Amino acid sequence: MTGLACTRGGRRLFGGFDLTLGAGGCAEVHGANGSGKSTLLRIAAGLFSDYSGEVEAAPCHYLGHRNGVSALLSPLENLRPYERLGTGSAWEALARVGLQDEWENPSGQLSQGQQRRVGLARLLLGDKPLWLLDEPLTALDTDGRRLVRELVESHCGGGGVVLCATHQTLGCSATEVHLEP
Amino acid sequence: MTLKEFWHRLGSPKWFYQMSGPWQRAFAILAVLLIVVGMAWGLAFAPPDYQQGNSFRIIYVHVPAAILAQSVYVALGAAGVLLLVWRMKMAQLVLENLVGFGAWMTALALFSGAVWGKPTWGTWWVFDGRTTSTLVLLFLYFGLYALRRAIPAREAAGRACALLAVVGVINIPVIKYSVEWWTTLHQGATFKLTEAPAMPASMWAPLLVNVLGAYCLFAANLIAKLRTAILRQEQGTAWVREWAGREARP
Amino acid sequence: MFAVQFRRDWLSLRRAKDEAINPLVFLFLAATLFAIAFGGEPRRLAGLAPAIIWVLVLLANLLSLEALFRRDFEDGTLEQLLLLAEPPFAAVLGKVAVQWCMSGVAMTVLAPVVALLLNLPLAVLPALMLGLLLGTPALSLIGAVGAALTVGLRGGGVLLALLLLPLYLPVLVFGVSATLDTMAGVGAAAQFYWLAAISAMALTLAPFATTAALRISVEQS
Repeated sequence: MTGLACTRGGRRLFGGFDLTLGAGGCAEVHGANGSGKSTLLRIAAGLFSDYSGEVEAAPCHYLGHRNGVSALLSPLENLRPYERLGTGSAWEALARVGLQDEWENPSGQLSQGQQRRVGLARLLLGDKPLWLLDEPLTALDTDGRRLVRELVESHCGGGGVVLCATHQTLGCSATEVHLEP
Repeated sequence: MTLKEFWHRLGSPKWFYQMSGPWQRAFAILAVLLIVVGMAWGLAFAPPDYQQGNSFRIIYVHVPAAILAQSVYVALGAAGVLLLVWRMKMAQLVLENLVGFGAWMTALALFSGAVWGKPTWGTWWVFDGRTTSTLVLLFLYFGLYALRRAIPAREAAGRACALLAVVGVINIPVIKYSVEWWTTLHQGATFKLTEAPAMPASMWAPLLVNVLGAYCLFAANLIAKLRTAILRQEQGTAWVREWAGREARP
Repeated sequence: MFAVQFRRDWLSLRRAKDEAINPLVFLFLAATLFAIAFGGEPRRLAGLAPAIIWVLVLLANLLSLEALFRRDFEDGTLEQLLLLAEPPFAAVLGKVAVQWCMSGVAMTVLAPVVALLLNLPLAVLPALMLGLLLGTPALSLIGAVGAALTVGLRGGGVLLALLLLPLYLPVLVFGVSATLDTMAGVGAAAQFYWLAAISAMALTLAPFATTAALRISVEQS
């Protein structure tokens, strides 16, 4: 992305923002509350279109504030459609995030952190080169944070790209980017 | 200037503001002239109708309002397409500033129709094809207004209204047809404008003048509102500051 | 994509049955109210029954449309759908199809009972049901555009009614007049063709408009 600028509700969020990430690149976006971190990720995902500048993004997985996990469906049922993307099995993805014992309960009965893990499991399906993570550590325990770090490291190790908005640090080697108006 | 350049300029509020001043004045003057002439001609000099007497003269308010009511909605639909497909900034302003005018014209058409209906048909309101579809049009305007008020983000509100306006324009012919079907089938005895004897030129000429006057009023009103909205929207930019400085100086 | 989304929504529907059934109960209840209010004159009621049934079907449909995208919007599934469904309109169509099964089809099946309550002659019943079957897809499809525009807004329900009811008018007109004409012994083929045509038009255009509307709504969150 080059020369990216965005104004929301008459307030300038950021301007002249440049970022290029090559294969294996990982960037952490920092910035105060309301500085536009989430909006930046949504722009990259193609979920927000009122901006100026150039954005070129590979096919991506987006994990937003909301997990994208339907409360009425079990974790497995939530992940099933993503198996159609080609690679990975929903079972293995669930096992990777430590939810193999919870596969059949409606997701609404899981804790916040467990639901977040279902969202993380989705990243493992479909082999998308770009991951856009918006505060991935929210609601996760120490174990879960380590899981995120491992997932990000192995994704970048395999040539994937991660763009992550966070207040904490992921704990892996990453470029740090600051958003300013 | 190539067509493409013109297209780009049309989408630029700054360019529009700078070129539209004379146009606004021209349309305003034309509107006043045409409406004054048309009204005087229609109300004082046109001959009375041989059946309806003088009450037919409300046609000089009713028909321009009804025509404008529909034209404005079609214009909204066109602006909607421009906004959705090309993201034209001006189209958003048009959408925001035209709904009120269209709704008032529709209300005026309905009101004048009712006033006219009383002496002619003997009742204020008849569910005939035209009255019903005009009423539905008023509801469509209400819907646009309500949707815009309900969405807090201005940009999103503009695009949502654009989509609704386009859907509405596609639906209007179907609505009109269905209503006409209904009324011709179940109310054989309704009065219809089209069944009245053809008007002599001394009657329709002032009507034409009034319709043209109403279009000019529409244009002048729209341009004036757009200019105000542009200044408000672009108030932080350099060209507005410069403009304000120049205007302030004597 | 259509089949995937259809199965997904069908599962959700089965796990939240009460929500889906409430609009049907409303239809039933409102028809009962009409029948009681007209208590003294069942014969007059028969002439009005087609109009009453169709208006109630419109309203019940609005009630069930309101929830069409709300849950998905709130838990973020909707943004995932827009990101990953290829093409998104097929998934949207899948959702609308499930909604139609629970509104249009279910109401058609319920129509005989409601008609009985309102004293509609039995001979007219096939015309009423055929009209409902042909007309309700248009209601669901056009309604989905409105539901997509108002999802996540305050006071979405009333707003939805305000946006959609004028657009529902043609379906109401042809639906009621088909039933009335059959009652009067006149053929009503033209109205059925019209209902089918409106549904077909809605089927070709509405999914795209709905997808566009969903994008607009998701962008604001």
